[in-house]
Amino acid sequence: MTPTRKRRLIAVALIVTAVGIATGLTVLALGRNMTYLFSPSEVLAGNVPGGASFRLGGVVLEHSVQRDSASLKVDFVVTDRFHEMPVQYTGILPDLFREGQSIIATGKVENGHFAAREVLAKHDETYMPKEVADAIAKAKAAGNSQHQAQ
Amino acid sequence: MNPLLLWFHKLGSPPYFYRLAGRFLPWLYAIALITGAIGLYGGLVVAPADYQQHDSFRIIYVHVPCAWMSLFVYAFMAANGFVALVWRIKLSEVLAMASAPIGAAFTFITLVTGSVWGKPTWGTWWTWDARLTSELVLLFLYFGVIGLYSAIEDTRQAARAAAFLALVGVVNLPIVHYSVNWWNTLHQAQTVSLMGQSKMDASMLWPLLTLAFATHVYFFASLLTRSRVALLGLESGKEWVRALVNARTGGRQ
Repeated sequence: MTPTRKRRLIAVALIVTAVGIATGLTVLALGRNMTYLFSPSEVLAGNVPGGASFRLGGVVLEHSVQRDSASLKVDFVVTDRFHEMPVQYTGILPDLFREGQSIIATGKVENGHFAAREVLAKHDETYMPKEVADAIAKAKAAGNSQHQAQ
Repeated sequence: MNPLLLWFHKLGSPPYFYRLAGRFLPWLYAIALITGAIGLYGGLVVAPADYQQHDSFRIIYVHVPCAWMSLFVYAFMAANGFVALVWRIKLSEVLAMASAPIGAAFTFITLVTGSVWGKPTWGTWWTWDARLTSELVLLFLYFGVIGLYSAIEDTRQAARAAAFLALVGVVNLPIVHYSVNWWNTLHQAQTVSLMGQSKMDASMLWPLLTLAFATHVYFFASLLTRSRVALLGLESGKEWVRALVNARTGGRQ
């Protein structure tokens, strides 16, 4: 390699490394602010500044959804399987919303419950045909009943 | 000099590359078209509907291959930009600059299809989570490279300046890829993994992999077409281009 090329190579490598380190440090420093959502445990531990608007993420607790018959008001509980947080929302829910589904709600804490402005359903990374999903559910149910029988 | 290195040096010569690319092009387009058609038919017709998203999941067959390409093309552009900066090889400058608009198109398709899928699935067109934001930054990086290249009059200087921007922008690639693991995002984690079990049923996976192959081949076909045109423009005063034009026009100018 000629000296000129070597010099260019070193210069380019140095600049790219420097930019990489700078970005890495920025991302690390922003880490806290870049949190897209908080779990119920984090909220109850007081990690969220009081009165602030934030996103709450978790699973809709089974048998917790209560729909108001006269309006679009919905009450449900979001859990991360350690702690729970009651949520209140008025509006149309996404198609994937149901009990056991991961959701992300935006809003703030008002007298002990989370008043949501927007509720989004989080989709997981598994894709399978309905037959496979049914087969897995069946196998699981069979496994459970066997477990109980023992 | 060993034969491989010799071939590599020969490849860097514009007339040789022009001829070789011309010979490969019809094959590349044919392969891309056939595998693309098979993949799309498999994905949109043959593959079974998803157990919870039903038919709307099929947008994955456009979204995911394009998203992979948006990263792959950027890496390819930056690698060529690096060679162009250090060794000043003209062909690398041409390849890097020719891949920028293709990558930008793939990134744009990724964002649009993601948005169309996000509305019914998540309940929103757009959200500022880490994956979506970093992919948008990637689109702006492509725009920056294209813009900088067009803004400087001297083509070779422009290519080197834009290559430098492309190279610096590489820091965004790991951020896009790992954003779903590093932060809590609305976007789901990776479904298909090179190592380990993919979280997708085999009956749905094969069209996706076929389409990923097709988009790669299409990229190289499109890249070679664009670089051939760029080389003709860049070398327009040279003997080989004049010979080519004379052969086409039969000596009439």
